[in-house]
Amino acid sequence: MAEDNSRRVLEIISNNKDAIVAEWFEEQKASGALRLDLISEGEFKSQSEEFIELFAEGCRSGFEDLNSDRWQGVWRFLEQVSRSRAQQGFTPAETSTYIFSLKQPLFAYLKQDLSGDPGSLLEQVWIVDKLFDKLGLYTYEQYQKGREEVIYRQQQDMLELSTPVVKVWEGILVVPLIGTLDSERTQKVMESLLQKIVDTGSDTAIVDITGVPTVDTLVAQYLLKMVSAASLMGAHCVICGVRPQIAQTMVQLGVAFEGITTKASLADALESAFKHLGLVVVNREPGA
Amino acid sequence: MDRIPILKFGDLLLVSIQVDMHDRLAMNLLDDLTHRVVDDRAGGVLIDISSLETVDSFIGRMLGNIASTTRALGAETVVVGMRPAVAITVVELGLTFEGINTALNVDKGVEMLRSFNSGA
Repeated sequence: MAEDNSRRVLEIISNNKDAIVAEWFEEQKASGALRLDLISEGEFKSQSEEFIELFAEGCRSGFEDLNSDRWQGVWRFLEQVSRSRAQQGFTPAETSTYIFSLKQPLFAYLKQDLSGDPGSLLEQVWIVDKLFDKLGLYTYEQYQKGREEVIYRQQQDMLELSTPVVKVWEGILVVPLIGTLDSERTQKVMESLLQKIVDTGSDTAIVDITGVPTVDTLVAQYLLKMVSAASLMGAHCVICGVRPQIAQTMVQLGVAFEGITTKASLADALESAFKHLGLVVVNREPGA
Repeated sequence: MDRIPILKFGDLLLVSIQVDMHDRLAMNLLDDLTHRVVDDRAGGVLIDISSLETVDSFIGRMLGNIASTTRALGAETVVVGMRPAVAITVVELGLTFEGINTALNVDKGVEMLRSFNSGA
């Protein structure tokens, strides 16, 4: 009985492949889920044909064991399509509608086939419907994974972008910190700072915390770690950009940067770094 | 090998630690160094640890001992060439290298020792 079901679906698909793809396309267009601005009609059609082929292959092994080898093609295809759509910017509803909208043309053919037998029509529709629900849910799951990958990548990009180490002078590096410091970011910043110290052979590192919104005991500890690591490498560290409110809260919290030079502004820090290196900045035209 | 070679470089002594330290080796190094500082009338000691991939509390303490001993003999010690990864580990472990001068590389270390000696 169950085999009859899958065989019937297989027959319908094999006999009406082109028509089903065309109707599937129309169906999606009508539902508004087809984003022709994101994907071309040709690409959609070739995708759909590929899916129908794989789906037919799956049907050959029946609907009982959806994890069997013959169904693997379908799962893989859905994974690939959902992920690429997640990255292309389709909404989750649009992505799952892709699969769900195949029901309509398929059911229409089933209805034609079994018009004389409402009982088995109902059963057949129920089975196919269940199958499509599973496919749809899988699509959604994969879409979600695709989105998570996007988020993860963005997070990584942000980490990269948020930890620049700038060489402002021969022997002077500046680390402008922006945003909250957590242990992962501190680690990243520390790594790139130390590496840059080695690469450029710098003596002085200026850590600018103007963009750090709050300095609590934890953040202070992170900064201290960074400074001690840099001084182990032989670099002299200056912390600058401590805003008045932050200085006040630091004192209230009992946070202290002991043994570290701190300056109010980057300009002051640069000046002290120049002094440390024995450099003097002179105005060439004292009168001007 | 139970001795680490000590090279004379002008009025400086240069030691490159390239093997894992153990008690005996550390004791021998300290012993040799103190003698060499006196015998060669060295003005400073450079210890290069750029080949060390791990630095633990034992090595930290040993370096501290060397630094204070040579200082007592009138020669400053500079530890040079600590790797970034090692520096991070040392900080994460909460080890303090107090009283130990550090420099990025041998060049900078020599420069540092010269400035100590000219200042004194």
